[in-house]
Amino acid sequence: MRRWSFQYYLLISPALLLSAMIVLVPGLLTLLVAFTDWNGVSFDLNWVGVANFHKIFDDRIFWNALGNNIRWTLLFLTIPVAIGLLTAMLLLKRRRTKTLYQLIYLGPYVLAPVTNAILWLNIVLNPASGLLRQIRPYIPRDSLLAPLRSPLSPDVALFTVAAVDIWHYWGFLTVVYLAALRQTPQELVEAAMVEGANALQLFRHIYLPTILPTVLLMFVLITIFSFLTFEYVYIMTNGGTGSEMLSTYAYNQAFHKFQYGRAVATGLVMSAFGLLASFFYVWMSRREIRA
Amino acid sequence: MSAFPFGSPRYARALQRFSAHLVLLFFAATAMGPLLLVLINSMKTHRQIARNPLSLPTAIEWENFSLAWGYGNFSRGFINSIVLSGTAVLVVLFCASLAGYVLAGRKIRHWRIFTIYFMVAITVPIQLFLFPLYYLFARVLGLLGNVPAVGVVLAALNMPLAVFLMRSFFLAVPEQLEEAARIDGANTWQVLWYVLFPIVRPGMITVAVIVGLHAWNEFLITRTFLGTENITATLGLYSMNGTYVSAMGVMMAGTMILIAPPLAFFVLVQRYFIEGLVSGALKG
Repeated sequence: MRRWSFQYYLLISPALLLSAMIVLVPGLLTLLVAFTDWNGVSFDLNWVGVANFHKIFDDRIFWNALGNNIRWTLLFLTIPVAIGLLTAMLLLKRRRTKTLYQLIYLGPYVLAPVTNAILWLNIVLNPASGLLRQIRPYIPRDSLLAPLRSPLSPDVALFTVAAVDIWHYWGFLTVVYLAALRQTPQELVEAAMVEGANALQLFRHIYLPTILPTVLLMFVLITIFSFLTFEYVYIMTNGGTGSEMLSTYAYNQAFHKFQYGRAVATGLVMSAFGLLASFFYVWMSRREIRA
Repeated sequence: MSAFPFGSPRYARALQRFSAHLVLLFFAATAMGPLLLVLINSMKTHRQIARNPLSLPTAIEWENFSLAWGYGNFSRGFINSIVLSGTAVLVVLFCASLAGYVLAGRKIRHWRIFTIYFMVAITVPIQLFLFPLYYLFARVLGLLGNVPAVGVVLAALNMPLAVFLMRSFFLAVPEQLEEAARIDGANTWQVLWYVLFPIVRPGMITVAVIVGLHAWNEFLITRTFLGTENITATLGLYSMNGTYVSAMGVMMAGTMILIAPPLAFFVLVQRYFIEGLVSGALKG
């Protein structure tokens, strides 16, 4: 075995080297320059300690962004999960149409965020030529639904953008949950049916325990990706009108305001959240890496 | 079910089936509705759209499509998108299948550390490495706007997930196959090329499909590293946004041009795509 070892390091090295060059080393550089006055243009650095972090923690917009990320996470942990579980349970018994429904549900998921965001902006949410123009007269001005009259206004822009992202995302959960549900031992299901369990009892006592690991893993992944979410917000509002996220905040600080110190500090804060969640992820997969 | 108010359980079951279909159809309509809106409006004039986006086209406005093709610079965009995704797929396939084999077979002493590294890297935020990498690309290497170079960046971004998938596909191959080939005198290269790669080929296609679509749809890296000149197809559509508010038919045609290829590709390779989504997510 020893004799072969070098050869196997050679085989794994392309993947490792590439990941190291593009993710690990620049990542470590971020860790370093977050504590300097790096200006993004040249590499003469002065140590400034935690000044960059003071700057972002004093910035109201940073805290707004963090709050929005938390709201976003809560929305994604509930709405798409509920739709995904419901549709997956219903699809479980559809023999002939199962594949067709999965294809339709995944349609928006395989499209580019740019495509999805732009189609919603232009044909649905556009007040001049979109569907909104047709619907608006029927939304009363003083009702609970009134914010829907201008869905990209500061009060509701975050929810509108989240709705579009959820529209594109939930089909993925349907497919994953369905695959997990299909692993349920058929004898258990039949035994419960014989004993007269109704649909809800069947789900609660037979299916849910089987798919629980998958459901939990999805919770972790949804939380991670909710803290990293970027595309839909950037394209639809560019973080303006009350929908700033940590990712758009970092991006705009670097590439629009040239405040690289704040950008890298925010990147580090995001990574800290990400690392916390990856810890759970690795912990949940511990069985696979045990010797 | 026995307590069902309509008496006969047969009716109850029929009603249950009917309402299940209703719910499934409702969500199908939600998913497809906006896409169908794009389709019908891509064939209409701006005035027809402004009057009623729900009306069906009376005649097809082919001009929308030719105009959109030019405005979005899609000739350039599609070539660049193909080069970008192609580079990412080839680089990932080469690196990830070798790494997956090594990690699945626990061929090296530190396999556990590397497995955890790739696991953690799946969820690393782009903002952790974006800014120094941009500096490197722009100021040191002068690679801004270089499509194959950006393809390599996307390959690195997709590498952890791909390694993970390939590892799980190699884990499903019985160990005896490799042992038998070794006893027959095959070296590692021959084991991989003649025995293992043919078996995991469906897995490799799955990885290629997933990475290909990711690269095709990617926005953050391509937008930052390709700038505004050497654009991809998605960036071409992005550049049209907001400029053609009074030519909504052209805008919809441009959107349709971006919707059709991934959807067609997805229908063709659905089995591999769904396999890729699911195999990363099933636990226990």
